[in-house]
Amino acid sequence: MSKKFSEVISSRIWCETPELDNPFAASSCVCCGYDVYNDLLKNARYSDYLYLLFKHKQPSAEQSALLEGLAIALANPGPRDHSVRAAMSAGVGGSTHASALIAALAVGAGNLGGAREVFTALEYWQHCHTDLDKWQQWIADPPQLGREDIWHPMEHAPGFDPNGISCPTPVKQTLAHLVEVGNSETLRWLQACRTQLEDFAGCPLAFSGVAAAVLYELEFLPQEAEMLFLLLRLPGAAIHSLEQERLGWRKYPFFGDGFKLTS
Amino acid sequence: MSVHSKLEKFEDNWRTSMGGWFPGDKVVLRGKDVFTEVNHSSWMEYLLFATTGKESPKIARLMEGMWVICTSFPDPRIWNNRVSALAGTARSTGALASAASVAVTEATLYGLKPIKGATDFLYRADQRLREGESLEQIIKSELKQHRSVYGYGRPIVEGDERVKPMMDFARSVGCDAGRYTKLAFEVGDYLSASRLKYQINIAAVCAGLLADQDLRPIDFYNLMILGFSAGAMPCFIDALQQQEGCFFPLRTSRLNYTGGEEVKHWRV
Repeated sequence: MSKKFSEVISSRIWCETPELDNPFAASSCVCCGYDVYNDLLKNARYSDYLYLLFKHKQPSAEQSALLEGLAIALANPGPRDHSVRAAMSAGVGGSTHASALIAALAVGAGNLGGAREVFTALEYWQHCHTDLDKWQQWIADPPQLGREDIWHPMEHAPGFDPNGISCPTPVKQTLAHLVEVGNSETLRWLQACRTQLEDFAGCPLAFSGVAAAVLYELEFLPQEAEMLFLLLRLPGAAIHSLEQERLGWRKYPFFGDGFKLTS
Repeated sequence: MSVHSKLEKFEDNWRTSMGGWFPGDKVVLRGKDVFTEVNHSSWMEYLLFATTGKESPKIARLMEGMWVICTSFPDPRIWNNRVSALAGTARSTGALASAASVAVTEATLYGLKPIKGATDFLYRADQRLREGESLEQIIKSELKQHRSVYGYGRPIVEGDERVKPMMDFARSVGCDAGRYTKLAFEVGDYLSASRLKYQINIAAVCAGLLADQDLRPIDFYNLMILGFSAGAMPCFIDALQQQEGCFFPLRTSRLNYTGGEEVKHWRV
């Protein structure tokens, strides 16, 4: 007989049925109405399951293509990216593999090219939509919180690279692909207005900006977009950390001559 | 066409006065030789100097008291500590447990957001008082804009058992209530008498005490980041020493499914 507990975990996402011989093991798991191991496992693509987890419904063909494209574009930011460098710094020192991912998450969480930038950019999309005048106004005069927060204020327009010169080819290629497969008015507008937005921002569109636009199109909330962006960039952090662990610290920059103590 | 990136001048060129390691020779922190000039500091004095540049055994001792009295409850039900207990029961490592618990401490309901927010509020409130606003006006506008005042109110229980022992400790180390601490309690008096019934919590008390020592919100935040670790570690050790997987196990019926009953089939 099942015991009754006053304290429970409420979830509209996940439901379990116990095994007959063990109340602590599930015999079936249902996610947003779909049987995970009897249906999704056989029929769903990974990126579609991700969409289901966040949005609680099966994606359309266009939504599926958008998320699949974004996931590939973000999966490996490359070994020069701050978050991947953090993971590699764990790898070369022989740190735990979990610490490499924690390092990547911590560094990749920030306002510069990170998940918090995507969060903020999503707020811009929610406010400005595809209204160029509103974008110009918010970029020129960003909203103020009115009190200090653990996050530092943005130092550049969210979704744009303050250290960039022109929009990098991979960013343009990603946007062009997503326009092609996504049937998205939002992304078509971004592609058409990119250079004007870049003029407002004073710097080029970045991957964080493309990610924010895609996730706005997919009706993600800022906090959902922040989480997914963190998740999607972890594969690169993992494999580059493992690669540098294997190669060892002697083959990894220490910047031995680049450090200058000024006083 | 050659265009120079803003980053080029920083390549292999990190200039700092903060400090560094000279391999095989010495370590420098904020201009001081660690082996000869700060080697007799307590760890908390070292942290204070590293974080703020201040050299003050009194502030370091006050901070140490805050770490002991206010932030290191060894209870695995508290959310940040629970992460360490879960790490222990799942047989992860102590460093991973601590890192996760510290990160989780950057919370809204407790921990680092109220710590930074309460200090920021006291400084802003003090400034507005000097400009002629009443305390009531200031609190009401804070509530209107943010729907809360960091440092007041508390989940689980209303009162905060840490307030008296912390104030007793502060007095014992010569940190009597100054302007900001008094302001913190005045805000508490107002809010506890209001319909919200918010009582002062330890974040506002510590914020007041440290503002009276001229620490800024970012100083308090930086100094408190590791302050919760001594509460998390015993929870990790305790769970590690008990049977694996036995920390508050959940049977499937503990999940209260609130989604729809309809069984769907994935369209292929």
